[in-house]
Amino acid sequence: MQGSPEFTTLRGLWRHMARNKLGLVGLGMLVLAVLTAVFAPAIAPYDPYAPVKITIDDIYAAPSQTHLLGTDDAGKDVLSNFVYGSRVSLIVGFFASFISIFIGGLIGIVAGFYGGWTETILMRFTDIMLVIPDLPLAVVLVALTKPSLLNIIFVIGIIGWTGTARLVRSQTLSVKERKFVLRARAIGAGRPYIVRRHILPMVLPLMVANTVLVISLAILEESTLSFLGLSDPTVVSWGQMLNYAFTRGAMSAGAWWALVPPGFGIVWVVLGCTLLGHGMEQVLNPRLETHHLAVGKGMVARRKETAAQ
Amino acid sequence: MSGYRYLLNRLGWAVLTILFVIVLNFFLFRILPGDPARAGIRDPRLTREAVEAIRVRFGLDRPVINCFESLNPLRFGDCAVNPLQTQFFIYISNLLRGEFGFSYHSNRPVIDLLVERLGNTVLLIGAGEILAILIGLTIGVIAAWKVRTPVDYSALVSSLVAWSLPTFWLGIILLFIGSREFNLPIGGKATPGGGFTSSWEYYRDIGRHMILPTLTFTIVFVGEYMLIMRSTMIEVLSEDFILTAKAKGLRAFQTLKNHALRNSMLPMVTIIALNLGFIVAGAIQIETVFSWPGIGQLIYEAVGRRDYPVLQGAFMIIAVSVIFANLAADLLYSVLDPRVRAE
Repeated sequence: MQGSPEFTTLRGLWRHMARNKLGLVGLGMLVLAVLTAVFAPAIAPYDPYAPVKITIDDIYAAPSQTHLLGTDDAGKDVLSNFVYGSRVSLIVGFFASFISIFIGGLIGIVAGFYGGWTETILMRFTDIMLVIPDLPLAVVLVALTKPSLLNIIFVIGIIGWTGTARLVRSQTLSVKERKFVLRARAIGAGRPYIVRRHILPMVLPLMVANTVLVISLAILEESTLSFLGLSDPTVVSWGQMLNYAFTRGAMSAGAWWALVPPGFGIVWVVLGCTLLGHGMEQVLNPRLETHHLAVGKGMVARRKETAAQ
Repeated sequence: MSGYRYLLNRLGWAVLTILFVIVLNFFLFRILPGDPARAGIRDPRLTREAVEAIRVRFGLDRPVINCFESLNPLRFGDCAVNPLQTQFFIYISNLLRGEFGFSYHSNRPVIDLLVERLGNTVLLIGAGEILAILIGLTIGVIAAWKVRTPVDYSALVSSLVAWSLPTFWLGIILLFIGSREFNLPIGGKATPGGGFTSSWEYYRDIGRHMILPTLTFTIVFVGEYMLIMRSTMIEVLSEDFILTAKAKGLRAFQTLKNHALRNSMLPMVTIIALNLGFIVAGAIQIETVFSWPGIGQLIYEAVGRRDYPVLQGAFMIIAVSVIFANLAADLLYSVLDPRVRAE
């Protein structure tokens, strides 16, 4: 789990990331998505929240000059909905994962650092929560409360922290035994000080890499909840677009333009996160790049030259 | 830890987790705003007496638990009330007798609804899971063997893409293409009123209905199994005993089959068990898209109708199955690799 010390700062993480092609592709995809969300009003040809007068011909109208991606079941422009939908995915992904990372990080650090009964109780609770399937629990929670954007963020956030807690705990355990921490303790540094100055900075890069994966899970979960009919009715989201299209006859109308773009958006953002997360994981946790049965150069396994910079 | 103590330990944790789920399941539905009493009786045409009769029928007129008349809105009550007369103990004793209450929508016992659909879900998950494991592990082994070649890179990237696909969307797209281009059925388990002349024809019909959902399931989960198998395999292939095997003059395939594969299969047992939560999530989405009459579709319908007893029962049965599956995986792992018992 431990890389060389330079991975343990965020800048070191970035320096190595910059050489990981797949990771950079993912980062680029995410940047594009964020720009789309921020400048949605400038990009979208129509305002999805403005009321429109429609005739029967405007429902599931095929792509044309006026509607580049056609219209949906309510006669609204699919492209505009698609552009605005990016906002919900990114907002939910960001804030829900922030909650998850906060809870998971706190539980992981406290359990790893304090040990003893605190650790036993916290980690047993984590194990219990880990086994309970996420989606059914989220469905129950959102169905019982009102499916507003805030509730959805909160529900996804308080469910998705278990993986982070385990990861942070194991990293904390290993950092705790490092020499400089032991020295700091020997000269009388208090626990809060050690956590703040030594543990946290070394756990942080790992948490950042983990955040990206938690964001992708949160986005997938949000779109699934929306597809199942548990979306905030006041905002346009990709999952909701798919729910309306699927339940309101886009299949039989052959309206592929109402079905493909929202899913494409979800895949775009989630794949961006996955590639970036995969790249960061490779940097932080340099696995073996080759092995004894590999063909070609370096036929005998040798650890990746992590120190080369 | 001896084998016997290990078994008891694992079993104890499984039971504790189930108890947690039982308590959670009860209080969630009474603390959160959408409480069963108000949701089930939304119809404004009902008279006050009718509402009261429904509350009595579902046992909602009783105190929730000692000292608490209701939890939302919070009302304190009599602490000296007979605990056996509270909603909580009636819920527990009903559970022990396998009673999950009655559906608000169809008024049928929830347990009947669950039982008649459980088999369908298991059939769908079973078929997709077996295919995903077989294909995922095979590609993973090949990618690890051919590490850093175009074969490896294309397997890696396509697995990452497969992992990123929202299950329900992939289902919709496959359904769109399959039903239009390949004339496959658009949903359900069998053609209604199919007039089958033999059971063989009936099974063939079910098979045709299963093609698209199974394909969706397989594509979504192949990616993950491939990624994990690949990294596990690369680690095993870097061990010294592989170099020894190579030095002995074993062919690459023999080394792979007899030495590397066995050692890299172990972690997969745990991974597959931990994955069950995601598999359940996948089943809910796939059954919704393909109208497959399983537990997942039941959940979807119950959400739409705010049919809380069904939702509660489905959550319970899913959680308990996942917990038992994890227990089984733990025990299987300890048989395959006795070292874990000495933790």
